[in-house]
Amino acid sequence: MVYDVAVIGAGIIGCGVARELSRYNCKAVLIEKENDVAMGTTRANSAIIHAGYDPEPGTLMAKYNAPGNKMAGEICEELDVPFKRCGSFVLAFSEEEMETVKKLYDRGVKNGVPDQKILSGDEVREIEPNVSENCVGALFAPSAGIVNPWEFALAMGEQAVENGVELKLCWEVASIRKENENFIITGKNGEEIEAKFVVNAAGVYSDTVANMIGDESFSIDSSRGQYYLLDKSQGELFNHVMFQCPGPLGKGVLVAPTVHGNLIVGPDANPGCEKDDTCTDREGLANVVATSKKTTTAVNFRECIRNFAGLRSEPSTHDFIVGFSDTDAHFMNIAGIKSPGLSAAPAIAEDAVRMLLEAGVPSEKKENFIGGHKHLRFKELSDEEKSAAIAKNPAYGRVICRCETITEGEIVDALHGVIVPRTLDGIKRRCNAGMGRCQSGFCGPKVLEIIARELDMDPVDVLLDKEGSYILTGKTTKGGCR
Amino acid sequence: MLKTITCICCPKGCLVTLDTDCPEETAKGFGCPQGKDYAIGELTHPMRTISSTVEIKGGLHPRIPVKTNGNIPKEKIFEVMDEINKISVESPVKCGDILLENVLDTGVNIVACRDM
Amino acid sequence: MYYDLVVVGGGPAGLAAAEEAKRNGAGSVLIIERDKELGGILNQCIHSGFGLHVFKEQLSGPEYAQRFIDRLEGTGIEVKTDTMVLGITPEKSVYAISSADGYMKIDAGAIVLAMGCRERTRGAIAIPGERPSGIFTAGAAQKYINMDGYMCGKKVLILGSGDIGLIMARRMTLEGAKVEAVVELMPYSNGLKRNIAQCLDDYGIPLYLSHTVTDIKGENGRLSKVIVSKVNGYDPIPGTEIEFDVDTLLLSVGLVPENELSRSAGVVLDKRTNGAIVDETMMTSIPGIFACGNVLHVHDLVDFVTHESERAGKAAAEYLKAQRENAASDEAEAPIELVNGDFVGYTVPQKVTVSKVDKFLEVLFRVRAVLNNATVVVKAGDDVLMSKKHEQMLPAEMEKLIIPKKILDMANGRNIEIAVIKEGEE
Repeated sequence: MVYDVAVIGAGIIGCGVARELSRYNCKAVLIEKENDVAMGTTRANSAIIHAGYDPEPGTLMAKYNAPGNKMAGEICEELDVPFKRCGSFVLAFSEEEMETVKKLYDRGVKNGVPDQKILSGDEVREIEPNVSENCVGALFAPSAGIVNPWEFALAMGEQAVENGVELKLCWEVASIRKENENFIITGKNGEEIEAKFVVNAAGVYSDTVANMIGDESFSIDSSRGQYYLLDKSQGELFNHVMFQCPGPLGKGVLVAPTVHGNLIVGPDANPGCEKDDTCTDREGLANVVATSKKTTTAVNFRECIRNFAGLRSEPSTHDFIVGFSDTDAHFMNIAGIKSPGLSAAPAIAEDAVRMLLEAGVPSEKKENFIGGHKHLRFKELSDEEKSAAIAKNPAYGRVICRCETITEGEIVDALHGVIVPRTLDGIKRRCNAGMGRCQSGFCGPKVLEIIARELDMDPVDVLLDKEGSYILTGKTTKGGCR
Repeated sequence: MLKTITCICCPKGCLVTLDTDCPEETAKGFGCPQGKDYAIGELTHPMRTISSTVEIKGGLHPRIPVKTNGNIPKEKIFEVMDEINKISVESPVKCGDILLENVLDTGVNIVACRDM
Repeated sequence: MYYDLVVVGGGPAGLAAAEEAKRNGAGSVLIIERDKELGGILNQCIHSGFGLHVFKEQLSGPEYAQRFIDRLEGTGIEVKTDTMVLGITPEKSVYAISSADGYMKIDAGAIVLAMGCRERTRGAIAIPGERPSGIFTAGAAQKYINMDGYMCGKKVLILGSGDIGLIMARRMTLEGAKVEAVVELMPYSNGLKRNIAQCLDDYGIPLYLSHTVTDIKGENGRLSKVIVSKVNGYDPIPGTEIEFDVDTLLLSVGLVPENELSRSAGVVLDKRTNGAIVDETMMTSIPGIFACGNVLHVHDLVDFVTHESERAGKAAAEYLKAQRENAASDEAEAPIELVNGDFVGYTVPQKVTVSKVDKFLEVLFRVRAVLNNATVVVKAGDDVLMSKKHEQMLPAEMEKLIIPKKILDMANGRNIEIAVIKEGEE
């Protein structure tokens, strides 16, 4: 079997490209080294759909951001992904920073950002009363939004799979060679995949993958950013994304509501870390708290429910890399997708697929392209809908995750979805069970039991997250090592 | 030799001090007679109760809690655990049912701690 | 659907409150329990040590629960298990769902909140490091081991020397795991002394006081190393790191009353307890809504939960009776407050209507430091109304203070302050 396209990496870019490809009658395969989609940068970031005033005009970041922002809204609507176009502020705390705000405004105009406004400090506090008294003004961009990034990627991945893209999980690329004009991709599992085109969407590892065909035109430095995720009691503090003025180390620390009603605060910036280093550290976390105080002192950090760190790709070219490699015209790099990558992803995917079709990927449109599905989210239903849902399926009447009110029915739905999760975190990403303040202390054992039952697995084989992250060591009578 | 023993008979946790040569006469710090007995016993033959679970078939849960219905010698704890781990019962079981009689000749039984 | 009394939660608090309310003529009583059976967390607390006050014998958790469950028979108290309360209104409507009954609106004459508490997590104390598997709250590990019959680790470190952590140290040892150490941030243990003796000392498990976890490392997805450092106050001291090669970290770092439903009803909460502010009858800021057990404040002993919940249940029955008889409450006398003086972390109740106290007022409180040879004083203004000497008081052990009615009367309507005067501090 020779695929027309092999996409390496099932993050927001890989899933987006696969989805666009699945509109056409081509044979595509999506390859992922982890046991689920959206396991890299996509799952640990600020979860912001940026308006597009940040990137310097003329860059690819500028080219894709504002259009991607618009498309993200449409795709989330179509695929029933939690998304809220809540708007964002860039806060200035000095006249000097007001100059930056004005510069951003002008960039926004050039980049096609709609309806921006510059507000005074008082006007900002009128809208967001918890903003510090020291704020002297801000750029307001109503088109910015917040999203659930992993559901975004997952929904696109699932739509791709439903429309014929093959997904290979736990399939890590070891090497790539050329044979008879085709790529032979060899996995660490010894399997081989043959494809006419390769799309390298391997995130922080995209330089490693490019090197496999001898493309050394760029390198990726990974930069670690740490976050606080706070209880819903803090989620009520802000209705908009609150940025600080961008400095040399990035966009500063943001304070923003999440689509689930929590509050996210972060990130810091730790460049030059290992590509799998997502640890948090005491100094960095303290720095996030301290920096956030500039924006607001209203956040109660004792209400933290989770700290995490995500990795951003910092390309040596300082801009997104989107296009065919100079080394091989059938090998496309989509690399260095740092912020605003999540926002730009839909536009990048669309453009990438346009290039692939122009280069010879079969471009005949599918007649029966399958659209998105609606998910049942029990807690969002009206009283009548709740009654009807339980009457139809009693499993919707059994709450498993008490903090987030997630029912057994929703977990079972996820386990019989298009891309089947086999881990506790896979369930968490799909239906939010374990996302709440008890962090799965209560529901973890129950979710594990449901996974084992529905997928006919031994409970001992159910993982927390990545491969190797086992939870149980065996039955009590023989699980110890005495 | 003077020794201090934390009494485990109740949550109070009295610190009982006593001379190992003549414990009966020297014991002090206990809040009740049980505490004195415990501390003296602890010097010569420490005893404990233990709790664990055993397999149950056809029950609401896969395991049912059990305990020793009296004290067993402390040094036999792990041996008794091995005996407990050999037990398998079938539902229904009533709280207090004896699941294993006279475990390891200690005169103590393993009993169920709930209905199931 | 209407019940005179709806009890939210079928653990020890809910069971005791429901039974006592029924005994006192509460009318129709419904217990709503989210789990598939009654008993709450006691079902997984298979160790012994419960019931010394209530039953004058040592029972395991399931046995203690079983006694209350058995007593339900013939009382006419109704029970809905596998049922989740989603919301409560100030007008005392309870919204709940279950597979069997669907979506329900249950109107209540009175409500007892008995939802218990949850464990603080890694996130709540911001432990830095990687995020591999193998990190459990002690209660979650207890559920896997005691209820489901699965072990969750072979080499274990426990952070927090509260009772659950100590109990789990022994439990995992008995099941064959190697518990390397218990690590405690404070300079004293937060568990009962007897649990240090019979759970740690018996098995040679070291207790590191004034230490905490400062880093976590994983290997192939599972926990492989925990770094522990000595602390100065709360701050780790560089250079004091100890590495433990363990595959499991249990967290026993505190319990938090679970009051999301109380909040939804508009019940006023106390920042010190994280539970409702209640009066001497365990009634919250909303007339007819009562709270008891760990949802009100975290207890050390289930026996005290039972006592407190019986008071709440009895008071709920009396409230219902007064409502039925349409008895206009006497000249609404303003309650006085119990003010926390030196070394007192909190009190329950937080307020009291003196004229309604029968013979004495029972006050539960916790101190904020280890105090030796200390004196508890009850004051009104500068007047010391009563004082009581204590050999030792620990933050880990809840204290009970009985204040006779005549002492309360001496306050003459002034707020009462409860304070501790120390003569020695560890």
